[in-house]
Amino acid sequence: MNVEQVFREERGRLLATLVKRLGDLDLAEEVTSDAIEAALRHWPVDGVPDRPGAWLLTTARRKAVDRLRRDQVHAARLALLQVEVSRADAPVAGGLPDERLELFFTCAHPALPEEDRGALILRCLAGFTTPEVARAYLVPVTTMQQRIVRAKKKIREARIPFRVPDQDELPERLPGVLQAVYSIFTEGYAAQRPDLAGEAIRLARILRALLPGEREVTGLLALMLLVHARRDARAELLEDQDRALWDADMIAEGSALAEAALTGGHGPYGVQAAINALHDEAPDFASTDWPQIVALYDVLNALTPSPVIALNRAVAIAMRDGAAAGLALLDELAAEPKLRDYHPYRAARADLLHRLGRSAEAAQAYREAIALAGTEPEQDFLRRRLTAVEGQS
Amino acid sequence: MKYMLLIYAASDQQNSCTVEDWIAHEKEMKDAGVLVSGHSLADLVTATTVQVGPDGRRSVTDGPFAETREVLGGYEIIDVPDLDAALEWAAKCPGSRDGGAVVVRPIAEF
Repeated sequence: MNVEQVFREERGRLLATLVKRLGDLDLAEEVTSDAIEAALRHWPVDGVPDRPGAWLLTTARRKAVDRLRRDQVHAARLALLQVEVSRADAPVAGGLPDERLELFFTCAHPALPEEDRGALILRCLAGFTTPEVARAYLVPVTTMQQRIVRAKKKIREARIPFRVPDQDELPERLPGVLQAVYSIFTEGYAAQRPDLAGEAIRLARILRALLPGEREVTGLLALMLLVHARRDARAELLEDQDRALWDADMIAEGSALAEAALTGGHGPYGVQAAINALHDEAPDFASTDWPQIVALYDVLNALTPSPVIALNRAVAIAMRDGAAAGLALLDELAAEPKLRDYHPYRAARADLLHRLGRSAEAAQAYREAIALAGTEPEQDFLRRRLTAVEGQS
Repeated sequence: MKYMLLIYAASDQQNSCTVEDWIAHEKEMKDAGVLVSGHSLADLVTATTVQVGPDGRRSVTDGPFAETREVLGGYEIIDVPDLDAALEWAAKCPGSRDGGAVVVRPIAEF
């Protein structure tokens, strides 16, 4: 293992352990960086120690003592830490304790702004620098810096705890953590950054190792794998994708996890994973198991009703029962405020009109979709569809 | 760590909590040893606002600054280990129901 890999594996774990010991995220981040800097100086010369994690922890604790010594206000904490440091000098069995779950729950605490939770997780658990986090969320570095400083100030001053919620609190708190990890994935997906989507998957794997019994953690990991498996073909719509480009190993892993997530119960991530598993396992678009997909959308809509789910359900019904049945359902959704400016709604309508041979109406719907589409690739794609329809009318 | 729970009532909605609910809530906080102090405030129509201008002149006006939908109806100061504990007590407060809201503010330490 090279030095870089060691840090990638150990940074989040080291930070979590130090937050627990020091009770201060800022101080913990500073001494984590100090320890890694020291490792970068010593390891290339002296070699990587047998237990890199323990070496980093001992070094970080000493750095914390140095920093606190300079700051007499923290005298009481210093006394405690010195006891810890002398203990740490004795050989540690095994690696570092894994306290990253506590850190996940702190970073995704409901008292923090929703848009900052994913950013904090990238910063604290994925080891991203602030400029890297800023790039992930497409905001200026100074903006992200301010957001992270503000969030950390709230953690410190409002004393957001570093703890795993009790079993009875977990149903209320876990969805926030999952949502934060999923938001990293969707950012990566929207920005066409497979590395960022891959990072979200890595975080979900850590989370699953820490909470193996939680079906929705498994469901989230399955969902992301099953979507990410199509990354190399995603320039096209699902129906036009070259399925040979899909990642078969990732599909196999995701499908097995989706099944595990839906054994003996179900949650929204598990159901979405199952829908994607059906797509990924179909040899082509037409022979996809549409009745099963419709049934899963019904389950999903009952769990978390939303117009976007209703839209996807209508498209699946169009595949199962024909374009006319799907179009009737889409037209029922026309008054939904959330769908009015949602270009996939217009595009789906255009596709069904096109399939029914109503070319002039289809062309009009494509034009509406193009006007609403946010990104250049989306517009390009819709323009190609429009040209195809106009060629026929 | 001390937190102030600011208890706001929705002015357009009647809180269904009874006096007994509030007494039970106070007792629970006292028994847990977390209550530092707490009061409910008299009706908003009894409020008076004082401001002193740059010239030292005092202005006294009836009521609060502006009509707001949410009216501060009382407060509690609690001493608990962390924000999660404070949020737990806020959720138990009868004022958090029926359109009311409890704002949790850490008390600054100097």
